[in-house]
Amino acid sequence: MVKFIGLRLLQGAIVLLAIYAVTFFLVAMTPGSPFSSERAIRPEILAQIEAFYGYDKPALERFWLSLVNMLQGEFGPSAVYANRSVTDIIGEAFPVSLQLGGMALVIALLLGIPAGIIAAVKRNTWLDYLPMSLAMAGICLPSFVMGPMLALLFGIILRLLPVAGWFGPEYWILPAGTLGLVYAAYFARLTRGGMLEMLNQDWVRTARAKGVPERQIIFKHCLKGGLIPAITFLGPALAGIISGSFVVETIFQVPGLGQWFVRGALNRDDFLILGLTLLFAALIVVMNLLVDIAQVALNPRLKHG
Amino acid sequence: MADLASKLPLSPAPITPEQLEQGSSLWSDAWARLRKNKLALGSLFMFILIGLFCVVGPWLSPYDSQAQNLFAGAEGPSADHWFGTDTLGRDLMVRVMEGGRISLLVGLVATSVSLLIGVVYGATAGYIGGKVDAGMMRFVDLLYALPFTIFVILLMVAFGRSLWLMFVAIGCVEWLTMARIVRAGVIDLKKQEFVEAAVSLGLSNRRIILRHLIPNVLGPVIVIATLTVPAVMLLEAFLSFLGLGVQPPNASWGVLINEGQQNMEIFAWLLIFPAFFFALTLFCLNFLGDGLRDALDPKSAGD
Repeated sequence: MVKFIGLRLLQGAIVLLAIYAVTFFLVAMTPGSPFSSERAIRPEILAQIEAFYGYDKPALERFWLSLVNMLQGEFGPSAVYANRSVTDIIGEAFPVSLQLGGMALVIALLLGIPAGIIAAVKRNTWLDYLPMSLAMAGICLPSFVMGPMLALLFGIILRLLPVAGWFGPEYWILPAGTLGLVYAAYFARLTRGGMLEMLNQDWVRTARAKGVPERQIIFKHCLKGGLIPAITFLGPALAGIISGSFVVETIFQVPGLGQWFVRGALNRDDFLILGLTLLFAALIVVMNLLVDIAQVALNPRLKHG
Repeated sequence: MADLASKLPLSPAPITPEQLEQGSSLWSDAWARLRKNKLALGSLFMFILIGLFCVVGPWLSPYDSQAQNLFAGAEGPSADHWFGTDTLGRDLMVRVMEGGRISLLVGLVATSVSLLIGVVYGATAGYIGGKVDAGMMRFVDLLYALPFTIFVILLMVAFGRSLWLMFVAIGCVEWLTMARIVRAGVIDLKKQEFVEAAVSLGLSNRRIILRHLIPNVLGPVIVIATLTVPAVMLLEAFLSFLGLGVQPPNASWGVLINEGQQNMEIFAWLLIFPAFFFALTLFCLNFLGDGLRDALDPKSAGD
């Protein structure tokens, strides 16, 4: 197990390095610089600005310098928002995004997994059809459709919840709900599929024939294996919640990382884009690592695979 | 099996020689199964209707999607403008139609790109096998773990926001599942006698892959392709929603949903109509994809 985790950690580090390199050169290849603007700047002033941010050096050298800085946890200044460092921005916005994403993930798991288990156990009854139809709706209604619709219904027509801002629990419901419901749908479908596969095994029939109570069959024998597809999906779900947060934070005016990333991309804020990409990638890599470990723990056969 | 047996006639009619010769191919079996699936068939029909609405509609509409009428501004649905008008006084119905054209075009073109990459990559890895296969699939695993959307956003920023670039960028990130499915299918087929026969006849690898392997994995490929279309449309709408995709004055459904969302407090119809058509299209394509999977690959039915 230690060797397995060590190997995956090494692999994760290599992936992060590759992502960083690709992002860096993608950004460096972009025509223009973050400092070109509609206003005419005297060339010597522009040169001075570029020198301050290190843009007078060749790309390869800049890559090396920024990599060394990153390893020391120094993400550099924001190229667009003067006097703000990327570390500042992350420090301010990350807790907000973490809370939003965490709540969304909890909603997704708490709604999706029980719904999937019930649907599998009560197969082909309305307890199966109703949640699965809702799940299909959840998959077909992306966050940028679901978000405005929920805001329209609960915020503007019913006037129950605020639709913009991030000032207290009542402000959390719509963004976290929008983000969570889509993934609840995926988790429900995956859990149902996994549980059905388990429930159709021969040893389940044997257990039933021996008179093992149904509750014990479901929770003790089938749940562990039946959850594997849902657990495997945690990595993609986290990636999806991160990109979903770009949309949800824009719709509901949540001051989190997603909004900053979109603004950074639109404004060509190189350092901000690089720092945030690396942070998102690191989160996803760590999540995938945890998923791999959980999978081996649930299915020991994988250890030797 | 039970429902299959119950559908067999009790006293079978004598089999004619033509029937024997025709047999029943995978495709006719699949079509028969699909025809029984009312949901999938209804979705196909609805999808065709939406397609016609978007492709033919603008020619029949008396309005130009870019003609502004600033004196009128945004007005709700009326006899003149069935879907109402937007804040610049443009007819929303014709804008939804033309937005649909772009969204559907993205769906088709980006799916074709992903189809091409995925099929060639998967078939090559599966056919060659061994270390090459292991290396190629490890690469796919790595890509699976990456935050794609971020990369598509960066690509759009780096290379400008052109429509064609978006097709390629989206296609380039959506081929992974396709490659995996094709590889699995090819590995299965490779062991079968007709491929051995082709090898012993001395056919080139290229010819075996193109003529014998790919046609036989077409079933699952069609299923994944049908399910890729809504996925790429979603990605396009996502980019356009953020302002990184289709640029004004052109519009896709994502752009229209974004405009609607900004104005929804006063002009709710600006959000409701494009969102309705977008969601309906995604529903149809997903149900059609599920139906095709059940029809072409009965083993996986019920997942």
